[in-house]
Amino acid sequence: MTPLLIVEQVLNGLQSGIMLFLMAAGLTLIFGVMGLINLAHGSLFMVGAFAAAATAAATGSFLLGLGAALVAAACAGALVERLVIRRLYDRDHLDQVLATFALILIFSEGTRWIFGSFPLYLDIPPALSGPVTLPGGIQYPLYRLFLIGVGLVLAGALFWLIGRTRLGIRIRAGENDREMIAALGVDIARLYTLVFALGAALAGLAGALVGAIQSVQVGMGEPVLILAFVVIVIGGIGSITGALVGALLVGLTDTLGGIFLPRLFALVMDPAAATQTGAALSSMAIYMLMAAVLVWRPTGLFGART
Amino acid sequence: MTRETLLNALVLLALGLLPVWAHLSDEPFTITLATRAAILALAAVGLNIALGLGGLVSLGHALFFGIGGYAMGILASHAQDYTPIYDGAFTVPGTKSMPVIWLVAVAASAMAALLIGLLALRTAGVYFIMITLAFGQMAFFFAISWNAYGGEDGLSIYVRNSFPGLNTLVPIQFFGLCFGLLCLILLASHLLARSPFGLALNAARQSPDRVMAVGLDPKRLQLVAFVLSGAVTGLAGALFADLNRFVSPTMFSWQTSGEIMVFLILGGVARLCGPVIGAAVFVLLEHWLGGLSEFWHIWLGLLLLAVVLFARGGLVGLIAGRARAHD
Repeated sequence: MTPLLIVEQVLNGLQSGIMLFLMAAGLTLIFGVMGLINLAHGSLFMVGAFAAAATAAATGSFLLGLGAALVAAACAGALVERLVIRRLYDRDHLDQVLATFALILIFSEGTRWIFGSFPLYLDIPPALSGPVTLPGGIQYPLYRLFLIGVGLVLAGALFWLIGRTRLGIRIRAGENDREMIAALGVDIARLYTLVFALGAALAGLAGALVGAIQSVQVGMGEPVLILAFVVIVIGGIGSITGALVGALLVGLTDTLGGIFLPRLFALVMDPAAATQTGAALSSMAIYMLMAAVLVWRPTGLFGART
Repeated sequence: MTRETLLNALVLLALGLLPVWAHLSDEPFTITLATRAAILALAAVGLNIALGLGGLVSLGHALFFGIGGYAMGILASHAQDYTPIYDGAFTVPGTKSMPVIWLVAVAASAMAALLIGLLALRTAGVYFIMITLAFGQMAFFFAISWNAYGGEDGLSIYVRNSFPGLNTLVPIQFFGLCFGLLCLILLASHLLARSPFGLALNAARQSPDRVMAVGLDPKRLQLVAFVLSGAVTGLAGALFADLNRFVSPTMFSWQTSGEIMVFLILGGVARLCGPVIGAAVFVLLEHWLGGLSEFWHIWLGLLLLAVVLFARGGLVGLIAGRARAHD
């Protein structure tokens, strides 16, 4: 085990963490503002990836693909909000879980209907492919660095949007007291559609960006969705800062656990058993992290105290 | 006799008699479908104790379903290989006997429910949904990486386990066993809902503060409900594994949790036969729509959406009207 390997794995962890943040930010915003638990968020991730892959295949431009992902996911989000989600705000969480579970079924099978069961591939654009040499002589894929960069820029933009703009003020006001800001003349229905579309767009973009390093297929959204849930539970539901910290924690735990736990066990066990135990434990590591956080702080690291 | 009692009687009668008819007209596949419906109904009856009575929205019941399945898989695979499960100071052999397997499945899933309940019940509302979902996933990934028992491929059991006095390989006899268990546990859950414990649990769902004020601990009531619920779903898991003679990590997947919840909602939450109707309708849809179109999940999704948005109370609610506060 070398320092180089550690740096590389930390970068991998950061990359997966920051992509998780894009998913988790939308989920936590939607929950914070509208009080809605949205299982179909993973479907929007998938919609983004498919839109990007189809557009990039048709036009040959990765950038157009990213644009298509943003637009398609935001439109799908706005449409779903208008048709279905809007009716769920006053319902209990059980109804929300079931209705959005139904949306997953519809989205997944609809996508399978349109694109077939075989995965699509989204190629990394030539300008971003290949490795770069980092200070210290580490060879690292440029595209993954690009993902970290894009993620950080988007995270910064989101913090600016929420903290410094008029729309952000309305969103935060909507979290605190929806009757009051409705009484002050803000069109609350439009604000909700906008927040939902924003969350959807972030998920779609994440799907397109990640789609280039894995295959684009039906069902790709659900594993990410569950990780994003773990993230916002750890961070505290409704908190964007919590989502960022939680996403990085989960990304790093997941990546580093998979590499280092088997080696750690190899110190005390024979290699075969160590690989086995390490692999089993590392796949469960983030859930143990979550359980530990919840025992310590039942509303997450940055959640509202009750 | 209220409309709901009549409906319950009719539903159980239909589910019980259909396989008899199928047996007489020699259509074993119909019996298998009915067995599948009865077992899935049992899993949802388990969830109904936590969700319907206790108001605990658990999106992780696949965990108990899977534990029941793996209890069967592990015990039976050791028995068919003639290898002991544990061979140290004493020897634990595998077994092919259903009652023993059921006992182990129930005990193991109840233990798991106790541990998870202790942790998860520290939270409430949406956190509870997500933490149960996460525990389910944890078990799913554990099962995938547990190579000793098949890992991702799962475990096949060649011969169905045995029950004293019955030949479980005859479809109608295995159905009778499953249906008998379902009726027994429906009766138990009916009695549970009317027992002092059930009433207190119901009250804890509606107003925890008042329950606390009369000197009861709502969390403890919910924990007991969660354990009972997990145990029943675990038993259903063992039966399901025996029906298919196969267990795999899919039993632990969160789609399974979602589907168990769907049975309950389609039928009607907190209604005695809601889970039975929901599971039966699901199996029928799966069979008919699955034959018509490869993409039958779209229609299932639309139906589910319609039930959630427009038919609160599920199918039982549609047919028998709203639940009455006292009956």
